[in-house]
Amino acid sequence: MELQNTEKDISVFRAVDWITIVLYVILVSAGAVSIYAASYDSDHANIFDFNEFSGKQFLWIGLSLVIGCVILLLDYRIWETYAYLIYGIVILVLIATIFLAPDIKGSRSWLVFGPVSLQPAEFGKFATALALAKLFNSYNFSLNAKISNYFRALIIIFLPISLILMQRETGSALVYISLIFVLYREGMSGLVLFSVVCAVTYFVVAVKFVEPLILGIPAGEFSVFVMVCVIFIMMLLFYCKDIFVARNVIIGYLGAGILVTVLDLCGIHINGTVFFLVIILGGLIYVALMMFHHHLQKYLVTIAFALVSVGFLFSVNYVFGNVLEPHQQGRIKVALGIEEDLRGAGYNVNQSKIAIGSGGLTGKGFLNGTQTKLKYVPEQHTDFIFCTIGEEEGFAGSAAVLVVFLALILRLIEIAERQRTPFGRVYAYCVLSYLIFHVCINIGMVIGLCPVIGIPLPFFSYGGSALWSFTILLFILLRIDAARKERRD
Amino acid sequence: MKDYSYAKRKYVIAGFITTIVMIYLIRLFSLQVGDDKYKENADSNAFLRRVIYPARGLVYDREGRLVVFNQPAYDVMLIPKDVGRFDTLALCKVLGLDKAELEEKWKEMKNPRKNPGYSAYTPQKLISHLSQEDYGRLQEKLYMFPGFFVQKRTVRQYAYNAASNVLGNIREVSAADVERDRYYRSGDYTGDLGIEKSYEKALRGEKGVEILMKDAYGRIKGSYEEGIHDVAPVSGKNLTLSIDMELQQYGEQLMRNKIGAIVAIEPATGEVLCLVTSPGYDPSLLVGRERGKNYAALVRDPYKPLYDRAIQGAYPPGSTFKPTQGLIFLQEGVVSLSTMYPCYHGYINGLRVGCHGHGSPIALKPALQTSCNAYFCWGFKNMIDKRGTKAGDQFEKWKNYLVEMGYGYKLGIDLPGESRGFIPNTEFYNKSYRGSNWSANSVISVSIGQGEVLATPLQIANLCATIANRGHYFTPHVVKEISDSTIDAKYRERHTPHIRRAHYEAIAEGMRMAVTGGTCRTANLPGIEVCGKTGTAQNPHGKDHSAFMGFAPYHNPKIAVCVYVENAGFGATFGVPIGSLIMEKYLTGSISDARKGIEERMLNSNTILTSGVTKH
Repeated sequence: MELQNTEKDISVFRAVDWITIVLYVILVSAGAVSIYAASYDSDHANIFDFNEFSGKQFLWIGLSLVIGCVILLLDYRIWETYAYLIYGIVILVLIATIFLAPDIKGSRSWLVFGPVSLQPAEFGKFATALALAKLFNSYNFSLNAKISNYFRALIIIFLPISLILMQRETGSALVYISLIFVLYREGMSGLVLFSVVCAVTYFVVAVKFVEPLILGIPAGEFSVFVMVCVIFIMMLLFYCKDIFVARNVIIGYLGAGILVTVLDLCGIHINGTVFFLVIILGGLIYVALMMFHHHLQKYLVTIAFALVSVGFLFSVNYVFGNVLEPHQQGRIKVALGIEEDLRGAGYNVNQSKIAIGSGGLTGKGFLNGTQTKLKYVPEQHTDFIFCTIGEEEGFAGSAAVLVVFLALILRLIEIAERQRTPFGRVYAYCVLSYLIFHVCINIGMVIGLCPVIGIPLPFFSYGGSALWSFTILLFILLRIDAARKERRD
Repeated sequence: MKDYSYAKRKYVIAGFITTIVMIYLIRLFSLQVGDDKYKENADSNAFLRRVIYPARGLVYDREGRLVVFNQPAYDVMLIPKDVGRFDTLALCKVLGLDKAELEEKWKEMKNPRKNPGYSAYTPQKLISHLSQEDYGRLQEKLYMFPGFFVQKRTVRQYAYNAASNVLGNIREVSAADVERDRYYRSGDYTGDLGIEKSYEKALRGEKGVEILMKDAYGRIKGSYEEGIHDVAPVSGKNLTLSIDMELQQYGEQLMRNKIGAIVAIEPATGEVLCLVTSPGYDPSLLVGRERGKNYAALVRDPYKPLYDRAIQGAYPPGSTFKPTQGLIFLQEGVVSLSTMYPCYHGYINGLRVGCHGHGSPIALKPALQTSCNAYFCWGFKNMIDKRGTKAGDQFEKWKNYLVEMGYGYKLGIDLPGESRGFIPNTEFYNKSYRGSNWSANSVISVSIGQGEVLATPLQIANLCATIANRGHYFTPHVVKEISDSTIDAKYRERHTPHIRRAHYEAIAEGMRMAVTGGTCRTANLPGIEVCGKTGTAQNPHGKDHSAFMGFAPYHNPKIAVCVYVENAGFGATFGVPIGSLIMEKYLTGSISDARKGIEERMLNSNTILTSGVTKH
């Protein structure tokens, strides 16, 4: 028995995907160095001082390596077998957290055990990934087979989201939205992804461009109306593949456009909202009349899409002004460049841009960053850790970090696709979706392209929970992947 | 089973993330390499962020006289990392220090216990409060000392040597302050004691910041991007005190060589007109370089000048407590205005509480006039030992009335450190008598303001204001207005104890009689109808405390005052004259010739020498 075990262990370490391990080690080491730099103080220069952030982070890294090895040595089947059990336990812990966690800066998401605090929301990620993977692994499961399959998947995703929202950790809850990539890969209609992209674009355009007024409506709204018309025509052309109808709609719209321009020049002003509603509705009625039965569903989708787009546009201003909290509005306005607000919502972002921008091509050199050393950037060892890299290592360093993240994500896609069971594939896509979300949002906010959402940069930000969470996510995947070869033996 | 139908979708996902990474790379490139805005500073060592301190709010008195203002002071600052080699002797010469002193200061700056915010990267304070001349000399030679700079600050100046207990002072923040409020940085100032503390947020304003660029040698090269990132400081808000500084000063003069307090309140608003504690101290002692030394001396002073007796001293109220008893008995129906109680030189009912010579039997108003102990003992006994009730329940009722009148809890004046005084409750006596088998006689002395009952001069003055208003009061406060803001709504809220107005009217009449023909005759001012009540409180330290409370005029009162002089004897000997002088001064602006003698006597007497107290 023992002999067999050792053989198996050796084979695990032989079969494991070493490229991923190398990328992981590069990122974690770069993270440790950055935290050391971010909290560096010439008076407390001991890198392993456990009272300092860097010292503690070394402890977390050491422990995460142990966790990684233990996971590799465990049987890969336990994750599939106990997926629902793990999910259930984590959900219970999340519920308990709402009641047990002390209030830290308005959020109730940290469980405190003496000197150690844990954020259960971080561990919800791998539990949800396991549960989702197990669901897709059910016999003959196909997302599109039954509508109830969608519900089952969505329940698994939205249960932790709602619990984490109740802990007032909006950032951690939004991470689960990234699982839309998994659903897409497993057969969800591309239209959903397309709708999300359209919704984000509409939102940004409508909120950002308030001036000048065109046909009596803000330029942003005008542009969104134009986009709705263009997408409507494009869908007729490429989705319904009805060149005849599309051509007529184009002619009609161009004619209406010229007519309204001429009238406007002659001094007869037509309100833009009325104009667009009339031509869009007109187009829709025309298409409804011209529908061919064998393409019925696609025409209906096209019509629905245009209607929902218009509805969305009308609700944007309401949602922005009434549903979002003032600090969230502030962060969005800063990210869209509508206002700078250097003392309030824009302070972090402005300081982090100054820090990164002052890094130049090659940076100021390790430990020579002044913006971060002088503590201009709040949260510089946690959410804004990328600043330190940008300032001290310059464009070269920060670009390298981005490229390594890209390499890791692409490698994970590769690993995902070579899995022979839906369990492995879905799990892998979950992991890489989380990674995509964290990297895009975190770096995006630091360089001022996304609103500030408080989520860490994986492997870099200070803190044990996030590091362990991503280590567990990654190593379970590596273990499952290693078993792919093992089975053949 | 491998599902190939959607496998192509991996390209969409890979394409998505690749596109985003590309966008981010372009953005990073434009921020770090393309943008001149940041590139210019890429080689520069750092920005220097110099804090611009706002002017702290000014303080005026109720007549608009300036009381507290600011004066510039200069601190020598440095950033340890940028300090290069420099001539220490030259620095000593410029600053007028010897080398050992400089080394001492340097060590102090680096000592993490004394300066918890020390970091080699941030500005640190080496020397505070540089004189104008030293500042001039240093500014000239500053180029010789890389890493050094001068920070302009303001310190407080006081127009009056008075009211230090109300005004408070400012001190450097402690490590605990920095921990509690992120606004503070090590080296900042914060209010300590008085309104400087309670109105700190309004007074301090908001710090601004000026971003300067430095070259590799630490020399300042001007402001960054012409100052568009600078933030201008917001000045602190000005306060208008309800205190009349002339009256306050006069009160402090009267209390010279005495220990105690004077509190005067405008009954119609609850505004405190003067809040004297004696002995006091000169507020400018706690300004500047000598602050630490002076502060330590004040702490060591056996007469405790830092202790604000007006709001922190809890004293037996003595006979000033009798009006509350009269009010409670009337409201509870224990007595009516015609009820008479016997007094044969005291209350004799199993035990004896002494009294002085006056007619017997006696009704409520004359009892107040002559301050008869027996009347209030009988009233108290009839209330607590009322047939068919439990002593405990009746006593609880009694206590609740007093709490409504402002006793037993902090009144909530806008000054830190107020004492709550003490009013016992039933539970307190059940504990000390190990059960409920106690009766009125066991605790009889509380009815004449002795025994366990304790009150602050502020609470006594507040009672007086309530009687002056015939049944309501406003929480006393010392700040009347805040510029561009309003005072807390709680100071505009009317508090009305559950006692009928007519009862207050009766008490006021009794207090008027005490002035016209009773214990407070000294307070009978010509042309002003004064009402008053003396208090002579026994205490275990020495001579009786001399107390007085009174208001004037009788109709439509303008001032309610409480005087409390520790160990000075009868209420009539110090309390009444001082209280009447305060009222006269406030109402007429001067002291009439006929009363100059009283004024003279009060200004020159020393009750500390005759107190009989051996150890303070």
